[in-house]
Amino acid sequence: MPTMAEEVLAAKAGREVVPGEFISVEPDWCLLHDGGFLAFRYLEEMSAGVARPGRVVVAFDHICPANSPETAGLQDYVREMVGRYGIENFFDCGCGICHQVMAEEFARPGDVIIGGDSHTLTAGALGAFAAGMGASDMAVLLATGEVWLKVPESIKVTVEGEPGAGVFPKDLALSIIAQLGPDGANYRAVEFHGSTVMDMDIPGRMTLCNMAAEMGAKTAMVPPDGRTAAFTGQRGVELTRRSPDRDAEYLEEMAFEPPSSPMVAVPHRVDDARSVEEVEGTEVDQVFIGSCTNGRLEDLEAAEGVIRGREVRARTLVAPASRRVLLEAAEAGLIASLARAGCVILPPGCGPCLGQHQGVLGEGETAFSTSSRNFRGRQGSPEAGIYLGSPATAAATAVEGRIADPRRYL
Amino acid sequence: MRVVGRVLRMGDHVDTDVIIPGRYLRTADPASLATHVFEPLGLDPADLAGRIIVAGRNFGCGSSREQAPLALKSAGVGCIVAESFARIFFRNAINVGLPAVECVRAGSADDGDELLVDLRAGRIENRTRGWVSAFEPYPDFVMEILEAGGLINRYRRGRDG
Ligand code: SF4
Repeated sequence: MPTMAEEVLAAKAGREVVPGEFISVEPDWCLLHDGGFLAFRYLEEMSAGVARPGRVVVAFDHICPANSPETAGLQDYVREMVGRYGIENFFDCGCGICHQVMAEEFARPGDVIIGGDSHTLTAGALGAFAAGMGASDMAVLLATGEVWLKVPESIKVTVEGEPGAGVFPKDLALSIIAQLGPDGANYRAVEFHGSTVMDMDIPGRMTLCNMAAEMGAKTAMVPPDGRTAAFTGQRGVELTRRSPDRDAEYLEEMAFEPPSSPMVAVPHRVDDARSVEEVEGTEVDQVFIGSCTNGRLEDLEAAEGVIRGREVRARTLVAPASRRVLLEAAEAGLIASLARAGCVILPPGCGPCLGQHQGVLGEGETAFSTSSRNFRGRQGSPEAGIYLGSPATAAATAVEGRIADPRRYL
Repeated sequence: MRVVGRVLRMGDHVDTDVIIPGRYLRTADPASLATHVFEPLGLDPADLAGRIIVAGRNFGCGSSREQAPLALKSAGVGCIVAESFARIFFRNAINVGLPAVECVRAGSADDGDELLVDLRAGRIENRTRGWVSAFEPYPDFVMEILEAGGLINRYRRGRDG
């Protein structure tokens, strides 16, 4: 039996595929964000057009709204290209992070999605084969409608066990990365299985797949089930494939349990994750709740549950992952509650995750972030330190002004 | 295709945020990217000209920014030899025409050693220490991309020729 990745790629290639072989496929979706200007510039240098404009999705999220005349100019350039090439799936400023938009609007089980961003694999939570690439690859994909891939070997990660109070998908992801290392899944397709994963809602599975980028995975996938069907249902998608416990050939099979405590990654490595007890009390200047990792409604709910009725001590920035998330959070009263507690509400998008606007860290500052990366200099000064954790831990930290165990607030 | 240069040693998991911080990504101009290479590490970009970077595991992990290998190339780095590469960085490096070679033995090269990397033959010679090591040569289509100076040039040539 093929693995999930092999099955999806075989369906696209129209024949059986084996790990290690090079194949050319026509992806269902080609995803770009405002950083996609480089791909369009290459496309112009190639004097090529866009082969399948209906299959291209462009969402502005990284530096949106623009923070400088240069950025504004680059975004205008992308808008012009989007118009020139007839790309109708265009989501301007404020619509949301490209990966969130992809999951909410387009991705389906069995799709192949290639995006110009390393967290493209987030859509694997819906059973798609989704992988990130750079600008040249994206340009050639735009021009030809095709991309070459090496069929990856697959790793099966099975997680069994009921997570305790305060332990969320982010904590599980950090715990797995701490055990596998930042290249533990390099070049591989990761398949997540087990009751812990299948009991997660789709946003939780998205967090898990998203963080697989931090183990180097090419793609990460969760077998589609009833929850997947419900999530993509409004798109009239039919679920065709797969039972989660079939017999496939994996390079490796690994079993994990949810960690017993909330996890926190300490500066400057994502895999340097410890239990919250070890870092509790560390003073924090800024807290960020958002990103393609943890900016969904369920994340804001978890954070608001902790913050509600209190006042935040740290500067706390909240960015919903999409306009849909913002609207749902507003309707549920979460936005008002967070703002009342002193949080700064940012527009849907990446926010301070990539260190360019909306909360850049100064020298010597310490941040707690629900995003995916804490590399040196990621959110501003190289002399700042970033801790990573779940929205609940971030919220408890915001309330106390120092890293705090969320279990005291649940 | 052969590259000769002096070694710059680096460790494991060198990430794209230290290669070129996000705030410099708003340009595609290779020359201006080159002036900020390794800024978070405090390295002088002028010191990268003619260098071969020899690194440990997972070089280039992190974001998909193609500006990372572009910045290294434009700062004059001739080749990167590492125990392993993060997959997107590896693809991007080839696509901008910067050779990236996986070789475990490379770890026994020191800062300043002179290396010769023969890409077609799959051979690294440490001229300072006198050892020779082999690596798996690239498949033909990868070699073609490198020899064309990158994927975009390769595409143009393919179409025009
Ligand atoms: S939220 Fe952060 S990690 Fe996600 S796409 Fe935006 S910049 Fe990248």
